[in-house]
Amino acid sequence: MKTNREKHGKKQPVVYPYIPNSEPSIKQQMLDEIGVASVEALYEDIPEALRMKRKMDLPEPFLSEYDLIRHVEEILSHNATCKDHLNFRGAGCYQHFVPAVCDEINGRSEFLTAYAGEPYDDHGRFQALFEYSSMMGELLEMDVVNVPTYDGFQAAATSIRMACRLTGRNEALVCGAINPDKLSMITNYCLPDISINQIDIDRMTGNVDFSALERAISNKTAVVYFENPSYLGMIPISGAEIAEIAHKHGAECVVGVDPISLGVIAPPTVYGADIVCGDIQSLGMHMQFGGGQAGFIATRDEEKYVMEYPSRLFGITPTSVPGEYGFGDVAYERTSFAIREQGKEWVGTASALWGITAGVYLALMGPQGMAEVGEVIMQKSHYATKQLAAIKGVQSPMFDGPYFREFVVNFDGTGKPVAEINSALLAQGIFGGMDLSLKYPELGNCALFCVTELHRQADIDRMVTAVREVVQ
Amino acid sequence: MTQNIMKFRYTDGKPNLRRFHQARWDEPVIFELSQPGQRGVLLPEAESAIRDNVGDILSTIPETIRRKQLPALPEISQPQVLRHYLRLSQETLGADLNVDIGQGTCTMKYNPKVNEQLARLPGIAEIHPLQDEDTVQGILEIMYQFEQMLKEISGMARFSFQSQAGSQAIYTCTAIMRAYHQANSEADQRDEVITTIFSHPSNAACAKVAGYKIITLYPDEDGYPDLNALKEAVSERTAGLMITNPEDTGIFNPKITEFVKVVHHVGGLCFYDQANANGVLGITRARDAGFDMCHFNLHKTFATPHGCGGPGGGAAGVSEELAKFLPVPVVEWDGNKYYLDTNRPDSIGKIHSFYGVAPVILKAYAWVMSLGADGLREVAEVAVLNNNYLLKKMLEIPGVSAPYAVGKPRKEQVRYSWQALYEETGVSSEDIGLRAADFGLHYWTSHHPFVVPEPNTLEPTESYTKAEIDEYVAVIRQIADEARTDPELVKTAPHNSTVHRIVDHDPLDKPEQWAVTWRAYQRKLDQNKA
Repeated sequence: MKTNREKHGKKQPVVYPYIPNSEPSIKQQMLDEIGVASVEALYEDIPEALRMKRKMDLPEPFLSEYDLIRHVEEILSHNATCKDHLNFRGAGCYQHFVPAVCDEINGRSEFLTAYAGEPYDDHGRFQALFEYSSMMGELLEMDVVNVPTYDGFQAAATSIRMACRLTGRNEALVCGAINPDKLSMITNYCLPDISINQIDIDRMTGNVDFSALERAISNKTAVVYFENPSYLGMIPISGAEIAEIAHKHGAECVVGVDPISLGVIAPPTVYGADIVCGDIQSLGMHMQFGGGQAGFIATRDEEKYVMEYPSRLFGITPTSVPGEYGFGDVAYERTSFAIREQGKEWVGTASALWGITAGVYLALMGPQGMAEVGEVIMQKSHYATKQLAAIKGVQSPMFDGPYFREFVVNFDGTGKPVAEINSALLAQGIFGGMDLSLKYPELGNCALFCVTELHRQADIDRMVTAVREVVQ
Repeated sequence: MTQNIMKFRYTDGKPNLRRFHQARWDEPVIFELSQPGQRGVLLPEAESAIRDNVGDILSTIPETIRRKQLPALPEISQPQVLRHYLRLSQETLGADLNVDIGQGTCTMKYNPKVNEQLARLPGIAEIHPLQDEDTVQGILEIMYQFEQMLKEISGMARFSFQSQAGSQAIYTCTAIMRAYHQANSEADQRDEVITTIFSHPSNAACAKVAGYKIITLYPDEDGYPDLNALKEAVSERTAGLMITNPEDTGIFNPKITEFVKVVHHVGGLCFYDQANANGVLGITRARDAGFDMCHFNLHKTFATPHGCGGPGGGAAGVSEELAKFLPVPVVEWDGNKYYLDTNRPDSIGKIHSFYGVAPVILKAYAWVMSLGADGLREVAEVAVLNNNYLLKKMLEIPGVSAPYAVGKPRKEQVRYSWQALYEETGVSSEDIGLRAADFGLHYWTSHHPFVVPEPNTLEPTESYTKAEIDEYVAVIRQIADEARTDPELVKTAPHNSTVHRIVDHDPLDKPEQWAVTWRAYQRKLDQNKA
């Protein structure tokens, strides 16, 4: 028997809702206009040997939109979410509050589906990204911020390459606790001409090992890179001294930050950073299994720095009508769009929509909001640390120094591996701290906990109680 | 005055053309909306027990590293923030709103709304990338199954989705190329990558970052990549070839297999840039032409939105031989569950912080699942049909030509030339593009350098009706007429767009004038006053 669609449809072939000219009579009209008998004729120049002789072996489609929804929803139902679980994992992707207006704006058809138009027809895109850079500039106290690059990894890697081009040197020192995955990405990105050396962390403070840095640095060092907060959540108390050592040797000081900390922590330029970079996922992006990452790079407004950016930089400019703001590409001639391989690295599609979203976030938060969110994150994370410390055998926090949002907890004294603790927590609907024993075996049996403004006292207490039950 | 206004009423008496005017809100820069004390959103506070428990928490931050002055962000209430951004959105010509066939090479096709809905479900939006594998089986299944689809579409053996866009996928493939030659102890010797001028600039630029010298081939007289030039360029120093096919001219290179053989013969690898795959889905495959690697842009061919320039998705595909070099981790299936394989000693390492842009992968998967094999082939065929129809109609306009491969059908796009019109009227292709904005249309010239003189690249994809294509052509015809009858109108365009032409480029090119942030702008305004 025919399906309803076959009975009621005018013609046999499927007319696809996304493909208007799949309707046979239109197709025929267009073929007639071109003067060919069939679409096949339009492929005549593809050699027979290269032609696919069979139908592709792909799953049967869900032609009805409803069936597609049911199908995808069914698959996604196999994910446990941080909405129905209590999450204490961070390590580069963070569960912060996403204001409704952020989602409203990045879901707007105009922003969602625009791409590479001119500063006239896409004026709003240019202005929104200029404003994003401008608000980041206030947070960072720096005059130049790029249109977002892919993610914080890429921002760090490109910042290091920029510093090497600026100094004409090719050795980088990466200091303190850094995500091993990020180090892998940076190392690969800097091949084959730049060597990356890691300076370890001080076992007491979790901060940069100062004496190791002094031993390693030389007049060949192009860049000293460190993070604030570090991968392990630590705030480096010696930021100014590290920058000073870098500058004494003619190296650039590059600092990676999470901008959500900058309402309470000083912007790195205050303690001597030349280039600041990081990820903006915290500023209004859902976690999306890591799909909300986007990177930024910021510098002073000096020609030598500006000319080393691979990214697009949107500037403000007059138009032919007095009083009208226009926007356009600043120093476009440095990019690979303009001069291919002679440009700085490359430029292309990256993460602009997340940049616009982060701009909305900063506009909503304002100065007071950024100060408040920084403080509440610190209050809640410190509360969690203290509560965990009350459990016998738990060392919380493991390091002495100041920290922001994340902290290392050592469970050596409990005799229980983190994996076992976490699986017990999961049974109670809690994603416990990230197991560090694989990435940092030398720290012992440790986990990295993340506490944000979203955790209520009751949430933290529930997690602490669950940990206590497991280890005692 | 009246006369002046009439001058710009170009649509009067021309019923076929839309009387478009883009939103013009004269919207201030957001800092100008600031009013001290206003709040846009309030976040949760710490409970009193927490506050009492931790005390003056900010004092734990050393004095030297504590923020002393609040950031000078604007202070704006929520409705005003919303209104500001909605106005900016209205001043942006998204693909959903226009007949977006003017951004050739960008594949501005329809981005289904249902996929947006799906990507916003908590089951994707609210999952953390470091959750236990057991708790993310759904998204791992999507990634795994989508990889199987791309394997079938390209003939390649494995894919990685870590790249956030096409260029990053191209870079990933150059890094794999380097790792391959390293593994063969030939990395020092093989330091040259060959590409063509009609391949995307990122092929050259990414290979340069990976440490290669770049050799760029120009087309032969018919516009095809020059096989003889390739034969002269290859040597024992060749690391690989990076080439698009069809190239940005829309011309399919029928000798592509010979190109691959020439490069393989000297021990190089071949990378197929598939940014232009939209016209060949289900028609021809990268691996069948002998390529070792390829990439797709999910935000082009696979219908995920461009987001003002990302996040998109870059899928990097490789042959069985190169699979071990792919970024870590890859998604595997052990017959019982999906898992992330991180134990890959030969991998080039990480490309993305986690696993790529998961919601984009989900949208691309949903798109394929909405069409199937027949639907994908229909995409290709209709995209090519639309393009050749557009070509026929465009060439009826005096002053435009489609250089090269005369009489041959094009694939998904065409690079036109307005050289004849320019010589006749002095109106450039760029001028035509800015005038197109007055009709609510995008228009793109070409990557640099301009090999085709006064270039214009159009790509109608499968998403537009015949009537819409006709409308686009009618506007272009009108502008070509204006170039002859009223060239100043075109040269001073846009008139009906959000803003007017930037005539002085010094504020964008001169270090003492450029301003990438509002704070820099204020400082420079002050300096110029002083």
